[in-house]
Amino acid sequence: MKLTGSQIICESLLREGVEVIFGILGGQILPLYDTLTQYPQLRHILTGHEQGAAHAAEGYARATGKVGVCFATSGPGATNLVTGIADAFMDSTPLVAITGQVGRPFIGKDAFQEIDITGITLPITKHNYVATDVNQLAQIVQEAFYLAKTGRPGPVLIDLPRDVQVDSAEYVYPDHVELPGYKPTFSGHPAQIKKASRLITEAKKPVLLAGHGVIISRAFEELKTLAERAQLPVVTTMLGISAMPESHALSYGWLGMHGLAYANMAIQESDLIIAVGMRFDDRATAKVSAFAPRAKIIHIDIDPAEIGKNIRVDVPIVGDARVVLSSLNELLSPQEHLDWLSHLEKLRREHPSLDIRDAKEILPQYIIRQIWEATSGNATIVTGVGQHQMFAAQHFFYDKPGSFISSGGLGTMGFELPAAIGVKVGLPEELVWCIAGDGGFQMTIQELATMARDEIAVKVAILNNGVLGMVHQWQNLFYGNRYIATTLSCPDFIKIAEAYGIPALNITDKKAVRAGIDRAIDATGPFILNFVISPDENVYPMVPPGAALDEIIEAPKKEVPAWSPRNTP
Amino acid sequence: MVATKHTIVTLVANRPGVLNRVASLFRRRGFNIDSIAVGESEIPGVSRMTIIVDGANTLVEQVRKQLDKVIDVIKISDITGDNIISRELALIKVKTTSSTRSEIMQVVDIFRAKIVDVSSDSVTIEATGDEAKVGSLYNLLKPFGVKEISRTGVVAMTRGSVPNETGAAKNEEQ
Repeated sequence: MKLTGSQIICESLLREGVEVIFGILGGQILPLYDTLTQYPQLRHILTGHEQGAAHAAEGYARATGKVGVCFATSGPGATNLVTGIADAFMDSTPLVAITGQVGRPFIGKDAFQEIDITGITLPITKHNYVATDVNQLAQIVQEAFYLAKTGRPGPVLIDLPRDVQVDSAEYVYPDHVELPGYKPTFSGHPAQIKKASRLITEAKKPVLLAGHGVIISRAFEELKTLAERAQLPVVTTMLGISAMPESHALSYGWLGMHGLAYANMAIQESDLIIAVGMRFDDRATAKVSAFAPRAKIIHIDIDPAEIGKNIRVDVPIVGDARVVLSSLNELLSPQEHLDWLSHLEKLRREHPSLDIRDAKEILPQYIIRQIWEATSGNATIVTGVGQHQMFAAQHFFYDKPGSFISSGGLGTMGFELPAAIGVKVGLPEELVWCIAGDGGFQMTIQELATMARDEIAVKVAILNNGVLGMVHQWQNLFYGNRYIATTLSCPDFIKIAEAYGIPALNITDKKAVRAGIDRAIDATGPFILNFVISPDENVYPMVPPGAALDEIIEAPKKEVPAWSPRNTP
Repeated sequence: MVATKHTIVTLVANRPGVLNRVASLFRRRGFNIDSIAVGESEIPGVSRMTIIVDGANTLVEQVRKQLDKVIDVIKISDITGDNIISRELALIKVKTTSSTRSEIMQVVDIFRAKIVDVSSDSVTIEATGDEAKVGSLYNLLKPFGVKEISRTGVVAMTRGSVPNETGAAKNEEQ
């Protein structure tokens, strides 16, 4: 049966189990969009900006474990995707982006809205394609999905010239993928696993350090089994939050620049780190030369290039977290580390990073804790980047696997709203909270239209301090209070919400916090809460840039100045 | 860290942009390369790249692992220290006068190079050999005045008795 290029794309997407596409059309992708009218099974969600489409596809992928799909037209449509593609690349998110391109005769002629998007995305995609032959389209789509979701997941881009969308060819979906240059290792080397098991048996102060890879490979049970069998305290990275239920007795929070003091101390004192699905990012390790000075390191990761990249490793194991952990569990006999655990308990008592002080005003920590209480922790939290992200990571307790979704590696402000939309589309039954800062929220605020039009019931909590908070904090702590360019002039978010037809509440009084949260939860559709908070509330604990992981500022040196909410929001 | 030259041979899919992918990777990761040479291999649709990398061992390990992630890269071998043959071709245009011409011809003879073009005030020399040989020839010719030099970059393979690098499995971390 002969199909057009556009039909081949749609048929192939269906073969790959795609249900939803986020995107914006334009001249050079119009034939493909026109064909979407023949495929009502493929739900298309129009976003306000292509960056939003990419983040929404990321949110969808992170929540469901499936490949997120986004479409954009050529030129500016394609370049607007770039931030989202880069974000997916840094956080190993499976994404297939399809961009329109000018017709083949116009390529290289600087035609209207022509841009070399494969060149631009070369360093931020796992792989990319220019589909110049309609006969190869089905194979390209199949490869793109296979590459995006297997091994270390990542974004793949297909650039699709307009005339290829219109050309026709025999539609044959290949029965398997043939990529001689791509053979991810899943099982881990048995000798190395044996060595790891021996080190775990010998260790006195071991720490199991779980990263995003545990969530990606859905290795929750295997991780918990290992922790329980070998009695290992579990520390996670920030993106590893929710890999282990935080209420579990062996859970010791997360490490890093704003990680919990006792988690950082546990790492620094440990004699063995079993790192699973993480990459020793500088925000996690702090000063790398002073990281875990006494520890041997077992590093389990599916990407061989991550092993030994940032840190010396004693036992490298290349493989999928779930497969490797389950082999390790088979080898290990039960262990006890009671002295070590009671020492860590003492650290936890002496360095309580999660206490919230009494204050008359609304503290951001308090808001997050109230959201946790109101939802009984039964929600997925999506954040952007900055102070609100850290408060959300710290003060909500994540028991449900995969319930914390945030932009980690790229640190993309504005990720929160479109990503939360994608999460809600992927998990329609889930209570999805978008925790936003007033700065990042305004970077992708146009997605309120998407939320309103498609009735995507995301609950938004804006922690509105009127400043670009994290940078403001650095100016406060490290730049002598010289506040340049961090003061925002926020619009009235209630009026904004009203303009989009989304119900919203302004909350300036601490006593109204819980009621507001409850009201947002009870609303059937989307809801926005604008919490007015102090610009001077910094995030602690904090490891200053360049310091070692245990050189922690645990609390402000001086009392935080009294502050009252502004009259106008 | 001791700087050492590494010879990395890779088989890559012969597709548009593959050289760009490899070069972009080197640029992006800050890897220093001395030379890169590409041409068709004995396998249809597959090219062989010879890359000379200057760096300590850890860096080269990252080069190898990062190259491995490029989907179009099929196989990678670091054949440094193996029993290898490596050759480079250079064209060198040297200024001549009637008094220097015979001396230059002697140097060319010693290096078993060839004179491929002669004009009234210059000769062009074609030389092949490993990087060191071409380098020494160049150094000897410099005092006469080198007007132009063009080098291909090194191509390399293992000797006949050593297992062919294309037969080895794609390198994996163990």
